[in-house]
Amino acid sequence: MASRSKPRSLAAKNGSAATPTPKITQNGVATDGGSKEAIAVPGGAINAFVNETLYAPAPESTDHVRLEAKYPLFIGGQWQEPTDGGYAKTINPATEATIAEVATAGKNDVERAIGAAREAQGKWAKLPALERGKYLFRVARLIQERSRELAIIESMNGGKPIREARDVDLPIVAQHFFYHAGWADKLEYAFPGETTAPLGVVGQIIPWNFPLMMAAWKIAPALACGNTVVLKPAETTPLTAMKLAEIFQDAGVPEGVVNIINGGGSTGAALVNHAGLDKIAFTGSTEVGKGIMKALAGTGRQYTLELGGKAAHIIFEDAPLDEAVEGIVNGIFFNQGHVCCAGSRVLIQESVADTVVARLKRRLDTLIVGDPLDKNTDIGAINSREQLGRITTLVNAGVEEGACIYQPSQSLPSRGFYFAPTIFTETAQSHRIVQEEIFGPVVTIQTFRTPDEAIEKANNTRYGLSAGVWTDKGAKIFKTTSALRAGVVWANTFNRFDPSAPFGGYKESGIGREGGVQGLRSYLRFE
Amino acid sequence: MRQPVWKTYKLYIGGKFPRTESGRYEAVRDADGALVANMSRASRKDFRNAVVAARSALTGWSGGTAYLRGQILYRAAEMLEGRAAQFVDELQRLGLSRAEAQSDVERAGDLLVNYAGWTDKFQALFGSVNPVGGPHFCFSSPEPTGVVAVLTPRRIGLAPFIEAIAPVIAGGNTCVAIVPIEASVAPISFAEALHTSDLPAGVVNVLSGHRSELLPHAASHMDVNALAVWEADGDERRLAEQLGAENLKRCFFFTPAAQDEVTGNPALLMRFQETKTTWHPVGT
Amino acid sequence: MSASAPTVSTHLARVLDANGSAPTSPISGGLRYQAPSIDEVGVAERVARFRSRSIKAESKRAAIDLAMRMIDLTTLEGKDTPGKVRQMCAKAKNPGAGAPPVAAVCVYANMARVAREAVQGSGLHVAAVSTSFPSGMSSLPLRLEETRWAISEGADEIDMVISRGRFLAGEDNAIFDEVAQIKEACGPAHLKVILETGELQTLDAVRRASEIAMDAGADFIKTSTGKVSPAATMDVTYVMLCAIRDYFERTGRMVGMKPAGGIRDTKTAISYLVMVKETLGPAWLSPDYFRIGASALANDLLMQIVKERTKAYQSPLYFSAD
Repeated sequence: MASRSKPRSLAAKNGSAATPTPKITQNGVATDGGSKEAIAVPGGAINAFVNETLYAPAPESTDHVRLEAKYPLFIGGQWQEPTDGGYAKTINPATEATIAEVATAGKNDVERAIGAAREAQGKWAKLPALERGKYLFRVARLIQERSRELAIIESMNGGKPIREARDVDLPIVAQHFFYHAGWADKLEYAFPGETTAPLGVVGQIIPWNFPLMMAAWKIAPALACGNTVVLKPAETTPLTAMKLAEIFQDAGVPEGVVNIINGGGSTGAALVNHAGLDKIAFTGSTEVGKGIMKALAGTGRQYTLELGGKAAHIIFEDAPLDEAVEGIVNGIFFNQGHVCCAGSRVLIQESVADTVVARLKRRLDTLIVGDPLDKNTDIGAINSREQLGRITTLVNAGVEEGACIYQPSQSLPSRGFYFAPTIFTETAQSHRIVQEEIFGPVVTIQTFRTPDEAIEKANNTRYGLSAGVWTDKGAKIFKTTSALRAGVVWANTFNRFDPSAPFGGYKESGIGREGGVQGLRSYLRFE
Repeated sequence: MRQPVWKTYKLYIGGKFPRTESGRYEAVRDADGALVANMSRASRKDFRNAVVAARSALTGWSGGTAYLRGQILYRAAEMLEGRAAQFVDELQRLGLSRAEAQSDVERAGDLLVNYAGWTDKFQALFGSVNPVGGPHFCFSSPEPTGVVAVLTPRRIGLAPFIEAIAPVIAGGNTCVAIVPIEASVAPISFAEALHTSDLPAGVVNVLSGHRSELLPHAASHMDVNALAVWEADGDERRLAEQLGAENLKRCFFFTPAAQDEVTGNPALLMRFQETKTTWHPVGT
Repeated sequence: MSASAPTVSTHLARVLDANGSAPTSPISGGLRYQAPSIDEVGVAERVARFRSRSIKAESKRAAIDLAMRMIDLTTLEGKDTPGKVRQMCAKAKNPGAGAPPVAAVCVYANMARVAREAVQGSGLHVAAVSTSFPSGMSSLPLRLEETRWAISEGADEIDMVISRGRFLAGEDNAIFDEVAQIKEACGPAHLKVILETGELQTLDAVRRASEIAMDAGADFIKTSTGKVSPAATMDVTYVMLCAIRDYFERTGRMVGMKPAGGIRDTKTAISYLVMVKETLGPAWLSPDYFRIGASALANDLLMQIVKERTKAYQSPLYFSAD
């Protein structure tokens, strides 16, 4: 790892009455060139608010969270012990402490889950559509009622800051069920002129970056369209799915409509290769996605794949620069950068590059990395030791390739998996860190001179999930967003999600869409 | 007695009519064994060249107005109508009855007219303004997937060929059509009609060839975005998806409609579209 | 005022003359100031992040103390009397509950003498609103005269209003000139320039008005008179803080910020302080560079001080209503 830069703050940290003598550096950042002196306030007291980089701990209370020591498999509406699987510990990546044990499904367990889903499917599909919808509305409400508890568990098991789990993940989860609930009895209006039917039983495999949100994205449309599901959460983040199973029980959703089984790659493979499924819906890496497509080749079983990305995030010189800087921050440091649509390749027009980079670095210095359950934490824990290793390897590669690294000076917690927010400047299209998905809080910055160059660089990738563009000029927005080969394009914003807005990739970022009327198509058979 | 002037059938790549680089040909004969034409047997290199042509035509074709695409497809129908007698004659020599040939050519023209009309309408039907829960304007619209390799139906006729390629190009994609040699005479002739329809070079490329030879190359080509295989058997499906997975190629398998049911289908057109969702804040 | 060489700027950077005489506008004729564009929704999102900071324990106690010391305790009513002003000054000097005195009292010019006498020896500043507050709809000579009079009555800080009508009509130069001349009339008194952001409406306009005011010599830029709704919001304050930051980078001069009106409770006040800290850095976390124009806020801060000390929620009955 390269040495970290010194902290920089905008102005001199000197006595309150004195005039600072700033040095304006070439990139426009004023530095005090000095130490963290205490600011004396009248009366001689040292003001803790002024002088501390961080704020006093503001831990989220966890005393109302109920977690079992052990979670079996959720099959046919019952908690069932694994027959040929076992139990695995699931940890808190912020502390490496075990939170609970969760059953892993063997081949036979997968078989049982698919059987339960198959048994339930006919009845579920034949329910009056409004009634099917009402179950989903009920689930949405129960999620809202328990959203703080779920947010805390999401944060504990996955490492994401409680602020994000609480303010982003959980609202979207509830909204997803609420939105799709309403579709259940309106499918005939969704595809006029076409006759639709449920696909049947769908196997769903989701990643660890948004465990509950991905479960909602998968389950809600599938159920609304009359399918039943077998969901496999990611190996490292099973717990909120277990709570979701409780909610399906509480909501009285018929047994077998939703089955949730945990496990790693072998459980996933057992699902993918099972001929009893009508479809596989997968969110995860491009590599695994390709494997699934190959495994399903020629079987006639359907698949939708939501895979990796390396989104370009273009900042034109006429952009609202402060908001653009915030867009970069939200684009790459949201959820520790564990986001398939993260804005990991920032492209800045040369005329404003120094200004933007300087402001970005200053903003980085105010990001708080630490305990995910502290309400002030901006960047939480990396999801797993394995992922931390992957990020570290790629960042080292960036340094070796000659890119210029910047990390704020804030120290990281000694226990748990953490990685400092990282900016690479002086990067080139040929660098590994520019080409490969890092899936961590690491952003590369390149410059460009003309709109054509920006678009060319943006599209020069195997991926095509998302992209961003910042400019104050309307015509330029439409020209650029049209030219970007990506499934979601954020103009003057980034990382926005909504159940009514279709999401999914071009090129190697996936096949199919989730959300909106377009997303329903993936869960219906057209006759 | 005056001898008729025979036509030489070649490939159609990038707006030109080259012979196959491989120098290979296959004779297509009528029921009496008389030579109809020596058709080129396209090679993987011909396919590669066609993909290059299709890729370079994509920006212009997809970036132009839908109205223009509609007019060009309609122009192709006009050209087809003008040469109807020629196509009917060709199809008869390949064994179709006069009535069958006539019906096929009429249907082919009607399909072109139908898709000419779709070019500027499907976006409104399949796009959406998304009522997102925040201060943003959000809309989703279809955009062409890109370069599409189309393995057209085996049935002799013009309509099955048009049925396979019209929904692809109407939506702004460019295509490389691989036509079974025995069915390729009319499609290669039709390329001449396309050529005089203001269709930009490279938007449609037509190769007569062997599916078994060309499918693996079409499926594995990293610069082909989608693959449509008509009348695919199980092995072809498996091969297409297994090789296509390397670049997440969209793979579709279609069965042609019965001759008298062939009609334009926007759902078919939509298979070759990606949905792009665009967000922008709403503020002053 | 030492100024570093101006670097890249969004418009022609202006630095005050060394001898302090009124500067002239860098733009001429009907030209308008250029200012960076602002995205309203992006600003709201940024502000939401400041609001989501949870300030607890020693950080909270320190922030409350700081907020108290930054208050311009204000009364600006047609029914103000010497009696009312004296009572307010008593509170300003000694708010109670062991809290520190506030930064200043803010009154109409005709109450400045009463206020000055009431705070004599306490170190508190006396701010007088001037320039035909709150509308500014008067001639420049009258506004200059009013300013000089307010200072002669004991004010050492002047809170002026800009002519919003002329600003919205595109007369950027007129705004520059009136600020520059009022600043000259102020002499050593500190000048706070009220933009009345509730009337400017767009954040782009707020940013441009901030640029003009700073270029023309404002010591502070201030959001509102308190007479127009909305008064201070975190969104406009954030835009003004960004303008201050960029102006500092360009010129090396620290301009202060004063949101006024609408900041009534401790939680909101602390959110503002978080915003200042994370936008401008700790150097601005001082009454010399950040003030809060408020009246009701003081008692809410006091209730929080006692609550922090006793852990019991407080009642307004136990705090003096002045």
